[in-house]
Amino acid sequence: MSERAAKITPADGEEQDDDQITDSATPDAVTEVDTDADAGSEPTPKPVTTGAESVIRALENAGVEYAFGVQGGAIMPVYDALFDSDIYHVTMAHEQGAAHAADAYGIVSGEPGICLATSGPGATNLVTGIADADMDSDPLVALTGQVPTAFVGNDAFQETDTTGVTTPVTKDNSFSSDPDRVGSDVSEAFALAREGRPGPTLVDLPKDVTKAETDREPDEPRVPETYEVQERADPEIVAAAAERLENANRPVMLLGGGVIKGEASEACREFAIEHEIPVVTTMPGIGSFPEDHELSMEMAGMHGTGYANMAITHCDTMLAIGTRFDDRLTGGIETFAPDAELIHVDIDPAEISKNIHADYPLIGDAETVVEQLRESVTTSPKATKWRAQCQQWKSDYSMAYDAPEDEPVQPEFVVEALDEATADDTIVTTGVGQHQMWACQYWTYTEPRTWVSSHGLGTMGYGLPAAIGARFAADDDQDVVCIDGDGSFLMTLQGLSVAVRENLDITVAVLNNEYIGMVRQWQDAFFEGRHSASDYHWMPEFDKLAEAFGAAGFRIDEYDDVADTIEEAIAYDGPSVIDVHIDPQANVYPMVPSGGDNGQFALAEDQL
Amino acid sequence: MKRGLDGPKPEERPTPSGRRNEQGIRIDPEVEATHTPRRTVISALVTHEPGVLSDVSGLFSRRQFNIESLTVGPTKNEAHARITVVVEEPDPGIDQIKKQLRKLVPVISVRELEPDAMRRELALVKVDADRPDRVAAVAEMYGGKTVDSCPETATIEVTGARQKIEAAIETFSQFGIREISRTGTTALARGTDSTGASDSASTADEVLSAETANQQRTQSPTHSTTDD
Repeated sequence: MSERAAKITPADGEEQDDDQITDSATPDAVTEVDTDADAGSEPTPKPVTTGAESVIRALENAGVEYAFGVQGGAIMPVYDALFDSDIYHVTMAHEQGAAHAADAYGIVSGEPGICLATSGPGATNLVTGIADADMDSDPLVALTGQVPTAFVGNDAFQETDTTGVTTPVTKDNSFSSDPDRVGSDVSEAFALAREGRPGPTLVDLPKDVTKAETDREPDEPRVPETYEVQERADPEIVAAAAERLENANRPVMLLGGGVIKGEASEACREFAIEHEIPVVTTMPGIGSFPEDHELSMEMAGMHGTGYANMAITHCDTMLAIGTRFDDRLTGGIETFAPDAELIHVDIDPAEISKNIHADYPLIGDAETVVEQLRESVTTSPKATKWRAQCQQWKSDYSMAYDAPEDEPVQPEFVVEALDEATADDTIVTTGVGQHQMWACQYWTYTEPRTWVSSHGLGTMGYGLPAAIGARFAADDDQDVVCIDGDGSFLMTLQGLSVAVRENLDITVAVLNNEYIGMVRQWQDAFFEGRHSASDYHWMPEFDKLAEAFGAAGFRIDEYDDVADTIEEAIAYDGPSVIDVHIDPQANVYPMVPSGGDNGQFALAEDQL
Repeated sequence: MKRGLDGPKPEERPTPSGRRNEQGIRIDPEVEATHTPRRTVISALVTHEPGVLSDVSGLFSRRQFNIESLTVGPTKNEAHARITVVVEEPDPGIDQIKKQLRKLVPVISVRELEPDAMRRELALVKVDADRPDRVAAVAEMYGGKTVDSCPETATIEVTGARQKIEAAIETFSQFGIREISRTGTTALARGTDSTGASDSASTADEVLSAETANQQRTQSPTHSTTDD
């Protein structure tokens, strides 16, 4: 890596382009040398000779194009096998970044993202990203090196019980102890990660197993027989649910992340529009329904719009699809949609009645079940008055903010300006905190798989590595924008070195208020303004830091800079960082206090 | 400048009259739905491979399910093992346990056993043997077997339902108990009913019937968990 780094002239992104393009194009240039087969036929891959080669073959068979990871002692045989593969490996600066990048790759592409790390610290550094993927049901495969089997259990150098550590945060994991089985274990992990409710899987790979000789080709990616997924919901319950919907006076559709993962966005759109049902999304469900549509009430929950929260609180029938009713959505259980009969569509039976009792449990694939409902619902609910009420709420609780010229820049303005400067299919990634909420509220999402964020786990530092992963999954002409906070960005900004090395066209806008802003907001509201450990007045100058890494750095201090600087940063062909100095006192509203009543959201601090 | 958003204040907004209980069930004013914990036996057939017991026990601990006992052992099929768990939870918790267990990839099937299922546990009770004849008499009374004896102590093996073991231990306590070791419950369904049959709530039908059953239970909370 040092050779390549030496080519980079700091603070001058343009000159490196040629090198970088050549570098990233290299994998395309690599073609299998085919000696046996006739000209014109598919090249025959080299036979597998080691466990490691079988691991890589399993990934190739599954159609994997990219892998994100960091080298290390126990994973070296796998990397050695990867050296000859067409799979493009993105060397990350930290394993946490590798897991987040793979996670984001999975969100944007729909196919499991792959991350690799060595044993011990490498594996434990992945854990945050794996846990993140687990909470958000993102397809991810983690491959970790392990000390040789003879040393396992003896506290050997860089030994950690990786399957033990990751059991609570993976959909499934395995310790692969047989060179003949190791490739099939990886195939199975890949299949499991995407089948049914997606999630992260992990295979722990002892060094002796990957080094060992084997000629066993891995099996096809297939889930174990014990893993059953139900595709179609019970027709009787579908019929009952359809009748309930037809007779609803105040219907609402609540679309969760499962709608996007189940590729059901289109079906949901058509269903909602056909029957004129107002649509609310959860945070992971953002993008499942176009937010510029009249029926869209946008996001509900703790920092959801006032109108979304009024709609879910007052509805009499809720068609919830692919959501697990997280407390950030429901607020206090006793006041969540208290008048509503709940029709709950989910592919995971365990989500049914876990938090909110489902009156009509519809277990199955989101797209299939919505199609079943479409066939069953013959008359639209008579809800003219309700729709008018929803529109009234939209104007009563509009997301309008003040942005006086003589005051510090308001974050909402920056988010809207970024949205305006980019196309509709732009992918937005974020860290976690106030900036994330503004990115939810003030960006108008219209397409699925364009919103990439850490929802369930709330992982600060997610934004930049996610932007890297998203960049590899995105179309070439699609913009990738990371809206980050100063505290979040500081946690994983070593990823900038990766973005520079790969010359990734990413724009990072750091909404810098020199606070862990969400904590500061809560301290002001609930801890008498005692800013314990939330004041980050020692933040570096992010624009200069970006230049030190070899990225383009920009800075915004006032409104006059906003439009031009954003335009310049977006136009820059490579990674750019805008250090946006926003109003440090800006807060996120509406807000439902933790465990509160969604209908009683606060619009300002004095209402908390 | 304004700090916050416009709109009617919280107290000026309409509020719905309904409520849900802590289990997320809408409260019907006619029938206040509350679920009290009940003790039940859940039997899971799992693939016999390393780490499965830890997966299962870890699931119970991280999801805060109240576990009374857990036993595991091989089955007729050597590739499978049976895990028998006794839990005490309200109905929605029991449902959730079954569903979460079924989600574990090595789990083949999960079912909750009927109250009339055969349940057995085993206890070894080591007592002072000052009065060996009376110890033997008590052991006989509970169908126990003396498995070890010396001039100072006698160790008796008792098997049976939990209540019987408890009663035996209480009776043995008159001799002065030195040590006790007990297993958890193991259980099988009665007659031709297969313990390994899937009760995994993997079909919507089963879930709905489970939900309905729950509601019925709510209204008539009379569960006789009669041990045999």
